[in-house]
Amino acid sequence: MLYRENGQFKTSYRSDQQIFPIRQDRWALLAILLVAFVVVPAFASDYMFRAILIPFVIMALAALGVNILVGYCGQISLGSGAFMAVGAYGAYNFFVRIPGMPLIPALILGGLCATVFGILFGLPSLRVRGLYLAVATLAAQFFADWMFLRIKWFTMDTPSGSVSVSNLQVFGLPIESATSKYLFCLGMLVVVALLAKNLVRSAIGREWMAIRDMDVAAAVIGIRPMYAKLSAFAVSSFIIGVAGALWAFVYLGAWEPAAFSVDMSFRLLFMVIIGGLGSIMGGFFGAAFIVVLPIFLNQFLPWFAALFGIAISTAGVSHAELMIFGALIVWFLIVEPHGLAKLWSTGKQKLRLWPFPH
Amino acid sequence: MKIMREPTHSGITAAPAADASTDRRTGDVILDVRNISLAFGGVKALTDISFDVREHEVRAIIGPNGAGKSSMLNCINGVYQPQQGSITFRGKTFAHMRSRQVAEMGIARTFQNLALFKGMSVLDNIMTGRNLHIRSNLFLQALRIGPAEREEIRHREVVERLIDFLEIQAYRKTPVGQLPYGLQKRVDLGRALAMEPQVLLLDEPMAGMNLEEKQDMCRFILDVNAEFGTTVVLIEHDMGVVMDISDRVVVLDYGKKIGDGSPDEVRSNPEVIRAYLGTSH
Amino acid sequence: MGFFLETLLGGLMTGMLYSLVALGFVLIFKASGVFNFAQGAMVLFAALAMARFAEWIPAWTGITNPVFANGAAFIIAGAIMFGVAWLVERLVLRHLVNQEAATLLMATLGITYFLEGVGQTFFGSNIYKIDVGMPKDPVIAFESTFQGGILINKEDLIAAIIAAALVALLSVFFQKTSTGRALRAVADDHQAAQSIGIPLNRMWVVVWCVAGVVALVAGMIWGSKLGVQFSLSTVALRALPVVILGGLTSVPGAILGGLIIGVGEKLSEVYIGPLVGGGIEIWFAYVLALAFLLVRPQGLFGEKIIDRV
Repeated sequence: MLYRENGQFKTSYRSDQQIFPIRQDRWALLAILLVAFVVVPAFASDYMFRAILIPFVIMALAALGVNILVGYCGQISLGSGAFMAVGAYGAYNFFVRIPGMPLIPALILGGLCATVFGILFGLPSLRVRGLYLAVATLAAQFFADWMFLRIKWFTMDTPSGSVSVSNLQVFGLPIESATSKYLFCLGMLVVVALLAKNLVRSAIGREWMAIRDMDVAAAVIGIRPMYAKLSAFAVSSFIIGVAGALWAFVYLGAWEPAAFSVDMSFRLLFMVIIGGLGSIMGGFFGAAFIVVLPIFLNQFLPWFAALFGIAISTAGVSHAELMIFGALIVWFLIVEPHGLAKLWSTGKQKLRLWPFPH
Repeated sequence: MKIMREPTHSGITAAPAADASTDRRTGDVILDVRNISLAFGGVKALTDISFDVREHEVRAIIGPNGAGKSSMLNCINGVYQPQQGSITFRGKTFAHMRSRQVAEMGIARTFQNLALFKGMSVLDNIMTGRNLHIRSNLFLQALRIGPAEREEIRHREVVERLIDFLEIQAYRKTPVGQLPYGLQKRVDLGRALAMEPQVLLLDEPMAGMNLEEKQDMCRFILDVNAEFGTTVVLIEHDMGVVMDISDRVVVLDYGKKIGDGSPDEVRSNPEVIRAYLGTSH
Repeated sequence: MGFFLETLLGGLMTGMLYSLVALGFVLIFKASGVFNFAQGAMVLFAALAMARFAEWIPAWTGITNPVFANGAAFIIAGAIMFGVAWLVERLVLRHLVNQEAATLLMATLGITYFLEGVGQTFFGSNIYKIDVGMPKDPVIAFESTFQGGILINKEDLIAAIIAAALVALLSVFFQKTSTGRALRAVADDHQAAQSIGIPLNRMWVVVWCVAGVVALVAGMIWGSKLGVQFSLSTVALRALPVVILGGLTSVPGAILGGLIIGVGEKLSEVYIGPLVGGGIEIWFAYVLALAFLLVRPQGLFGEKIIDRV
């Protein structure tokens, strides 16, 4: 009764093709943006920002990129961590080596470095498919690991490979406080999400999905497989690269190559699969899940064990976290293989009928 | 929409009217398949197949299951690469076709197993067929303003006209996976038509349909052939349909051609009868 | 020349060990279509079990004979791996039949984390030793042919022999026994196998058990060489290029692939490594496998996928 399309008629193709054709969706989006930009900064604590909100926003951006490649174009990639690393170190080198380089262009240039890297390591997708491609993408991951550890030029010749940035500012406004960091990342997320949503619902998005769903038949209906696959790698790695640069500059501040290891690749893939493949919103859900879960377990487990009078060491907590994380992933995949986004859309369907059962 | 031949009440099987109009209608040879041989390891799918297709005609390919009919279409589309032989389209000869090139040249196709996006709406599925004609690049599409938006709307109009033609307006926003099989086949046809092809290859378009649905599908095929002059090559098992709507027929059996001519000629060909019905001992 | 042969032999023997881990992958993929990322965690888990039980048995029973302790530990660890296989089939695989490859892959990743957590909780997270009496000293061979002879690591040699013996045993199992025959049927065509009465679920348990034993042997050998520690689970990542080079569905591919990768890694480390700063083994294996894939996208002996449209 609340969530209906009744009475909402579209009289032009343009209005029918909007991102949110249903009026209630538009209000909901406005409300969410209001909360995100205004309410949250007013009430959230510093800890909330640093531990949950900022990582969530950046990871959501990265998950968006991964979703384009894996969810929309169907190319399983286990090398996303490498793209983040290239974006981070690329942005770092531009930022530090060119005096007076402003922050946003540095981030974008880092993204472009990741794009080149992504296209290069995306070339095998023209020849190789499925699980073979997934394993082949690990080549990108390990190559990047090695590149930033051994080629000293990338890390300004520091012995440990560890670098840092400071004094970030945008148009003269410093990005030091947790709130400003959050708002900056959130701004970038919203812009990129909009562009990505436009892409996936236009011709190129349909080409990506044709490759995913039809592969061989796609060329028969006029899709250019090479263009589609490489553009997916390009767009995806650009977004992931920018996210990597944000992760390094804004969240970590100081980092070394191990920050973007194969574990990061797996985390990103988890986010996308749990959130829902092929859904922009799915990336948000997945990122929230993966970011919040360890923190939740960290607080919850010792309390839970204390109920039974057992004291767990920190090592014990981390082992238990691994177990529970693994078990939860498996349980989730069994219960809803299409991810949280599917649960969400099922919920919306039910909401359209509410209060009627069917 | 003008319908050339109306199905009779007794069904699709009816003696075809004598067609002087057919001879006027069909043009020169547009597609020429010569000596195509295709093998997978030890399995010979096609052996030395040659036939031609004239412009504006309706050509049927028939034969028992496993005769190689779909493989033949796949060779034309560049999905399979034949070991021998060549294909000539509008005077240009190719030993190997490449799928995207074939699509650009104006040959479109429907699939036996329906290569559709099950999760997307009918509208989006047919829009995919328009990709050949979409010119705007990535960046404009991302911003979705100006030229990209206008182009999307222009193609939307073309697709809507196709949806009207195929009479699936009520389902345009429904996810294709939820539609009954007959309607899915119509969407598949719609997507092929969206490419504005000169030659339409249909792989068993009537499979799994009841009488009414077959009548509708026949009507669409004939309308496309009459209105747009599209050459149609179709694989079909229903003899009634084949005899009724096709101008010429090729018969395949075990990868070899055993008949080629008008429907009447083929029907009385003893080889063809033997292939379908077997010989009496 | 002698040095080159030394490197080559070393590579071949390391390659044999990779093949052992890769074999686990191939077995499971062949029979159930699941790409088991957890193979590495299984190697670690099995090795941990064996290492700890080899310590605990003397402590519990008072029998200090190392052969007995190791033998009993091996058997117990094997039984534990059977249990793991049964649980995985029951709790995970059965519910994920017919899901997409990406989903199954993620599920095995989840199993990886779970096994790592469980292993470290019950068996501890320090570095443990497995001492099965493998000789640690090298031997010098072919002294007459080459100046100074060729240095062969005895431990690697024995490990390679054990691996080869295991592969031979598995071949016999698959070719000669009825269970092996049933497994080959399942690997070929699930539905056809089911239609002649082969119980798919039980077959999957058998396959995961066999993979578990393979993991145990691999864990024992690697653990004896490197010590049993957390990084052992990353040995799976070293074995992945072997799997894709050889073809996901091919046992001979796993062996040949392992040898190629092993030799490639060693040679690149020795001859190319110093030119670019060293440490290139891990990505070199992947790039090597990738290069092969570009020529043969299904791996050396993998099945060619013919698409029907």
